[in-house]
Amino acid sequence: MSTNTPLLRVRDLRTQFHTDQGVALAVDGVSFDLKAGKTLALVGESGCGKSVTAMSILRLIPSPPGKIAGGTIEFEGRDLLGASDQDLRKVRGNDISMIFQEPMTSMNPVFRVGNQLTDVIRLHRGSSKADARREAIALLAQVGIPAPEERIDDYPHQMSGGMLQRIMIAMALSCQPKVLIADEPTTALDVTIQAQILELLKSLQVSKGLAILLITHDLGVVEEVSDEVAVMYAGKIIEYSARTSSLLETPRHPYTQGLYASLPSMQRGRTRLHTIPGSVPAATQFPSGCRFHPRCPHALPVCKETAPPWTPLENGSGVACWLHAEAKP
Amino acid sequence: MTPLLEVKDLRMHFPVRKGVFSRVCGAVRAVDGVSFSIEAGKTLSLVGESGSGKTTTGRALLRLIEPTGGQVLFAGQDVTKAGKEDLRVLRKQMQIIFQDPFGSLNPRMTVFNMLSEILQVHRIAPPTEWRGRVEELLRLVGLPQEAADRYPHEFSGGQRQRVGIARALAVEPKLIVADEPVSALDVSIQAQILNLLEELQERLGLAYLFIGHDLSVVRHISDEVAVMYLGKIVEIGPKERVFENPTHPYTRALLSAAPMAGAGPKHQRIVLQGDVPSPIAPPPGCAFHPRCPDARPECRELGPTLQKVSEGHRAACLVHAPEHQ
Repeated sequence: MSTNTPLLRVRDLRTQFHTDQGVALAVDGVSFDLKAGKTLALVGESGCGKSVTAMSILRLIPSPPGKIAGGTIEFEGRDLLGASDQDLRKVRGNDISMIFQEPMTSMNPVFRVGNQLTDVIRLHRGSSKADARREAIALLAQVGIPAPEERIDDYPHQMSGGMLQRIMIAMALSCQPKVLIADEPTTALDVTIQAQILELLKSLQVSKGLAILLITHDLGVVEEVSDEVAVMYAGKIIEYSARTSSLLETPRHPYTQGLYASLPSMQRGRTRLHTIPGSVPAATQFPSGCRFHPRCPHALPVCKETAPPWTPLENGSGVACWLHAEAKP
Repeated sequence: MTPLLEVKDLRMHFPVRKGVFSRVCGAVRAVDGVSFSIEAGKTLSLVGESGSGKTTTGRALLRLIEPTGGQVLFAGQDVTKAGKEDLRVLRKQMQIIFQDPFGSLNPRMTVFNMLSEILQVHRIAPPTEWRGRVEELLRLVGLPQEAADRYPHEFSGGQRQRVGIARALAVEPKLIVADEPVSALDVSIQAQILNLLEELQERLGLAYLFIGHDLSVVRHISDEVAVMYLGKIVEIGPKERVFENPTHPYTRALLSAAPMAGAGPKHQRIVLQGDVPSPIAPPPGCAFHPRCPDARPECRELGPTLQKVSEGHRAACLVHAPEHQ
């Protein structure tokens, strides 16, 4: 497959939650493509809908209260939203795998890590117990667990957070998926361990041609590992850059600009930080028009009334902001 | 000039118990001989990874947990030896703000109740003045007056952190231990709280012991930085010196491992092998030697002490900061 055809195509995804306060539009019209061998970062602050987007791809949204209300998700041309549960189970793990933020809570504490890993291999591939164990040891070695023949019989509590995240990665990769969804994979880890895990993901991506959807709030991590980046705010992608470095050089959306400006950057001395006034609105009561307008320093009258259209920019990038729109009403 | 806070050889060991009779069979040396000082109106940051003992240091020096050994002097007065009554007076001058703005506020109390309780307990103001004092505190931390009659669940994370700061300021302290105050917040909110902390420092002349793990935040807010590893300070000095001329291999690795947005071209990253060892059985010699890229045979036997690198800048490393320097 050429690198230009996307492996995963998400169009106009809408995921909603019914709450006592009304309907929460957690994800509201999100579209993106994920290409083989590339890393797309989905970045935003808490509550912007980035994790819900990731969960929606594998239909892991608890329902009720959640519901995928619209849109399409295609993996290699196959529709995932309309697929039967049985078909979807074949996609999960085999084609698309996921790793989560908290490796400590994603493992079952009463089973040995080896059992949890071999279960996956036996279930998906029907290997024998002995084969699965051999395979599991090889996987552990691949993700850099020292003395894998011994550590395979440890319980999760005997391992550190970094090691558990390696095991989660081994588990996710055990069936050679084409897409890995990594939801804040290093947020719970210390920086030196984070560096190890990011290096591991990069090297696995090169050796296996994985497509990675990286969900994160850390702009530093985005810059280190991603090829492309989509910035989310209040359930929508407000800016997409086909080259991560160009987002950093010229952020177009006022929100993206504000995010970068409010980082205590390593270069600046002790001056006041830039701040974005106010806070992220609740998903049950998004403002009208552009959802960023109450906090935006450049808001125009039209921003209050009408949501901005998607404006394509050079080499496939784009932004949803009236300031960049060609035709203003 | 005597520093506002002086910490000398602070130690905090937690016993490890085992068996039916809970026999003590070892100790976690969470803080193992830490010394530093902070001058009035200045900020010292403690950085390190989880388990390095930075939070325990902050709590032990306030005697929220009783330290095992060492001395803490606040404006010349010995905190570690203070009796109950003296400690109550001392605590008015030393306050703490916590990392988790969701867990550190009583959900059943309004902001007014929370703040006026402090004014009452410390006999700072008579009941007639409480309303006015609470309003003043809210103004100071940038919250609206209506906030006084609200409960914690009605606030966002950033606003709750402001309430936590107002609570610390209610007793008019001189020193605030800020334990990861922005780690749970989003970047745009983090910037608001960091600015607030700096404004308050300038207006009220506060000294901060800032505990953090995000190096870009630490670099922004500190005057001095101390890097901790397994209960010990491995490098300490003015922030420019530590960040521009990191001497200890751990500091170097920490600086190179942190992903920085806008750091320009990709720098060479030092990826450390392995994990932080258990503080129950720290490695002999220099505790960092099993992960150290520059370790020599002697590092396995000799524990290094802090040696001068340049004015005010010290590091504990046999290789990069030898004693004769």
